[in-house]
Amino acid sequence: MTVPTLSIRNLHKSFADNQVLKGIDLEAHQGDVISILGASGSGKSTLLRCVNLLETPTSGDILVNGELIKMKQDKKRGAIPESNKQVERIRSRLAMVFQSFNLWSHLSVLENVIEAPVHVLGVPKKEAIVKAEALLQRVGLYERKDYYPGQLSGGQQQRVAIARALAVEPEVMLFDEPTSALDPELVGEVLTVMRDLAEEGRTMLVVTHEMAFARDVSNKVLFLHQGLVEEQGKPEDIFTNPSSERFKQFISTVY
Amino acid sequence: MFSLYGYQDIFLEGAWLTLQVALLSLILSVALGLLAALAKLSHSTILTSIATLYTTIIRGIPDLILMLLIFFGGQLLINDMSYNLNEWLNETITGYYPHHEWTAYLPEYIDISPYFAGIITIGFIFGAYMAETFRGAILSVDKGQLEAATAYGMNKYKRFYRVMFPQMMRHALPGLGNNWLVLLKTTALVSIIGLQDMVKIAGDASGSTQKPFTFYLVVALVFLFYTAVSTTALKWAERKYSIQTR
Repeated sequence: MTVPTLSIRNLHKSFADNQVLKGIDLEAHQGDVISILGASGSGKSTLLRCVNLLETPTSGDILVNGELIKMKQDKKRGAIPESNKQVERIRSRLAMVFQSFNLWSHLSVLENVIEAPVHVLGVPKKEAIVKAEALLQRVGLYERKDYYPGQLSGGQQQRVAIARALAVEPEVMLFDEPTSALDPELVGEVLTVMRDLAEEGRTMLVVTHEMAFARDVSNKVLFLHQGLVEEQGKPEDIFTNPSSERFKQFISTVY
Repeated sequence: MFSLYGYQDIFLEGAWLTLQVALLSLILSVALGLLAALAKLSHSTILTSIATLYTTIIRGIPDLILMLLIFFGGQLLINDMSYNLNEWLNETITGYYPHHEWTAYLPEYIDISPYFAGIITIGFIFGAYMAETFRGAILSVDKGQLEAATAYGMNKYKRFYRVMFPQMMRHALPGLGNNWLVLLKTTALVSIIGLQDMVKIAGDASGSTQKPFTFYLVVALVFLFYTAVSTTALKWAERKYSIQTR
């Protein structure tokens, strides 16, 4: 058995008195596309944000390629990373695509894509540009490389954000509701790109409301309810034969 | 062509000095303002209190009074400190070596040049105003922008100079421009501590030539020239940055 690209063990997260995650386990191997579903407030975005420590887990382990992210206890702030350097290094290998794109608005499209390779990973600028141009070609936005994010539509911005994520050659791509902020007619173009990535064997964790994507593209589905995994399995099994009453209800309301 | 009863050359030097004082104070005030703004927004109670004390005191006292206080008070303070340090050093050494003779290890009298006193005072005053401008600008940067920087592995310094700084400057630009105009005009005050800026020269010249209106009119025109150039440059900069935010 190979080492999982990402494994999460018994993850807990509380905000003050509010327990958002109550012990989540998750394993992703090379090439897995895992969709994380759940009603709002189920903790699915928090789970994703814990993976790259945008939120600090209260307890539990996260391992990337077998490397444990070391945590320690701080009197005032509770659990904090033992080494910021380690966290920053691991984050640079986990690319995140945000719901509201979060492209750097003061940088052009091309500059957005080369920013992390050049200024975090230390790739020579020329090399980064060549690669970025190829990636922009791939998401169909090469012609817009000198535009600023504010001059693009939502769907275009999200495609640039995906190119930005690909530019760091990530171990795992984290998608946090990538189509939720888009107008309905722009959702398709982003999903097409994501489908493409899944087919070429990218490891992806996708928090989404797109049932069709979860069913057709992912090879594993996780349904969260009140901070716990309520149902999980292969999409073809759990969509046709859900064992949990809540998941049954959830799919019937979304469809 | 341009003659001011023989004062034209020295007047031009004064105008150049005014600009130097203004630009150097600007750099100092931007640096102080940034530090104070970051201190105000930090989680440390001590830093927040120091920064709040700084902006409250400076913004609550007239510039003219501050200028006099810092120039004369600073002189006293530095010389007192230097005197006391000398005494202390000598006493300590005499304690070990009774035959030691009294020596001035630090200069007995330090004369602060009005040039630096002026720059430091104006920089110090406007740092407090800049702090408020920057604090607002930092708060108006979208959190997602920094979150993306964090998510892509930037450390806190890179987050600041690659993302926070360029983005906050766009928000700070109008306030910064306004502060700059006021700062530029405040340099007229350095004449009272004896700096040979164009206001002081105009004062001296009008005394000996009995043409105060002529000289002060020229001073007014030079200030107007400086501010007009600044305003144009600021408009250009704001337009340049607004393309990106559109």
